[in-house]
Amino acid sequence: MEKEIRKVARALLRDGKVDLVIGYGRGTLPLRSTPCFITDEDGVDELIWDPSCGVNLARYLPDIKGRVGIVAKGCDARSIVVLINEGQVERENVQVIGVPCRGVIDRRKVEREFGSLDNLEITYAEDAIKIKGKDPERKLPLKGYLSEACVSCRSQNPPIHDVLVGERITEDSGVDEYSRVREIESMPAEERWRFFEEELGSCIRCYACREACPLCYCKECFVDETMPQWFGKTTDLSDTIIFHLVRALHLTGRCVDCGACTRACPMEIDLRSLTKKTEKIVKERFGQEYGLSLGEPPVMGVFKQDDPQEFVVKGGKEGSQ
Amino acid sequence: MMKVIEKERLASLIDGWIEERKVYAPAERRDLIVFEEIESGGEAHLEFNNTRVPPKSVYYPQREVLFTTTGKEGDVELKTPASLEETVIFGVRPCDAHAVTLLDAFFGSGEHKDTSYLSRREKITLVGLACNDPAGTCFCTSVGGDPHERQGLDAIFVDLGDRYLIEAMTERGQRLLDGSDLMRDAVERDLREAKELRKRAEAQIDKLELDGLDERLDGLFEDPLWEEMQRKCMGCGVCTFTCPTCWCFDMADEEVPEGTERIRFWDTCQAALFTKQGSGFNPRPSGKERMRQRVMHKFNYYHKDFGRPACVGCGRCVTSCPVNQDIREVLVKLMGLERGEADE
Repeated sequence: MEKEIRKVARALLRDGKVDLVIGYGRGTLPLRSTPCFITDEDGVDELIWDPSCGVNLARYLPDIKGRVGIVAKGCDARSIVVLINEGQVERENVQVIGVPCRGVIDRRKVEREFGSLDNLEITYAEDAIKIKGKDPERKLPLKGYLSEACVSCRSQNPPIHDVLVGERITEDSGVDEYSRVREIESMPAEERWRFFEEELGSCIRCYACREACPLCYCKECFVDETMPQWFGKTTDLSDTIIFHLVRALHLTGRCVDCGACTRACPMEIDLRSLTKKTEKIVKERFGQEYGLSLGEPPVMGVFKQDDPQEFVVKGGKEGSQ
Repeated sequence: MMKVIEKERLASLIDGWIEERKVYAPAERRDLIVFEEIESGGEAHLEFNNTRVPPKSVYYPQREVLFTTTGKEGDVELKTPASLEETVIFGVRPCDAHAVTLLDAFFGSGEHKDTSYLSRREKITLVGLACNDPAGTCFCTSVGGDPHERQGLDAIFVDLGDRYLIEAMTERGQRLLDGSDLMRDAVERDLREAKELRKRAEAQIDKLELDGLDERLDGLFEDPLWEEMQRKCMGCGVCTFTCPTCWCFDMADEEVPEGTERIRFWDTCQAALFTKQGSGFNPRPSGKERMRQRVMHKFNYYHKDFGRPACVGCGRCVTSCPVNQDIREVLVKLMGLERGEADE
């Protein structure tokens, strides 16, 4: 795969189809990769591909002028579709190097089990992480250490691509993607409040979630506006909750569940459950899953006569979720 | 006189402190180890490399009220909030304690002292936990620290396996130990073991060659390397908000039922808004200027003002950066550069 990606990147740069390739390079820490910006052919050997390639590189696209090649997993390509549909990126400026993906690692799951990964040699097999240190090599099944969004992923193959590297994967639909959301939905109100309080109360307002998200591309975020200042900027619970809830609402019908926000969060907050809940509502009520095809308008961007609207007509009694 | 306490007695010692003071210690919350106020000594969780975030918010809260105003125009009353009660922060790693001394120097020196910070700070006793097993991301020895460093601490605990060696460095620290019969006097063997652990811990940390970095940075202000290095930076505030030495803040007036509060809260130089002026002009318009500011402030400006870098090598920015921007790599790159034209 890695060789193939380098080959494609080299050709794109050599043939002048792009001025820049964004991919993944080797990180400085175990189980980490790092975004890598290549502008000439000689640089392509820095590119890697393995289950540590978790950052959604599409987040860099709206700021890039010129033609760019980008390594994109299934979910990353979905977010590129959204960026194109929303007029943030021009299709002809992007060469999507699509990579069918078996999921990326949640390094914290591995660290939690192993403790420190310092001085260990880590390699990857198709569906396993191999860890070797003083003790005999251990082979961890990748499935058990995937980022939560990847566990129930149904977008392993990129919906758009200019080049596809590797074989398409038969998408596994065996896992209920909404199990966590249902769990939270079924909590008694006090318990659900505690969930919000504990999770969102841990927020340190670093905005890593927002910055890691390819679809949070606003030039000025509502929470950064100062004239007037709509929302508090502190870590008071009311401030953090309003930030996260409004952010989730802004992503409603747009989020492609790549999980980048959750992986970026230094406090490991369960942000994904919020956006997943909005995704579930959109799917149930409007029958839409976004980011799968070009030209499709976002659900909150259109009005149809037959949109469900009993929450308006019947005063919220039957419509409220 | 150094003391020794058996591990199973530690909780009782802390319980004694809790009777008279607030005690913060590393504790497990939502599967993370963070500094929390604890209600019993048993809650202290001491098996960790370093906490996810430093204990900074105890002595420098992420949000604090500077004063409250009540009343109407012409008859305004101004109230400053009560300071902290006597507080112990237990289990502080030497790097984090080193960081407190940097903040003390900043907030406590010069003509205008920060009374809000200092009034809290004087209530705090810092009790350290020496580092016997530094993480791969630790680099305290490259920035003037070491894993058993005493600087900034009132007392330090050294884990000797089944017991802790305790040394009080200040009167404040000594007061915590006075009158307790849970400890015995340390003997030669305890000291020898601690010394051995210190040596081993030091050897475990890779030392970066950063001599002269502060001066070197003088000539690198306009270097193209900043642009190249910041490219992957997303512009979030993880590095600064998990940093024990960053202190930048913003202020706002907020309406509350009794009047108005002037609040102060952490801000980050990595945000575009940080330097945006009322006119709309932004002197640090892109990631390049913002990354340069972070590095320059820590390794050049602060160094010029206080004679040491404003980084203690705790490695949190390395561990938590979503895109694996590694400050160690950045510093090594900067060290490897030729001096720019600016100072020739």
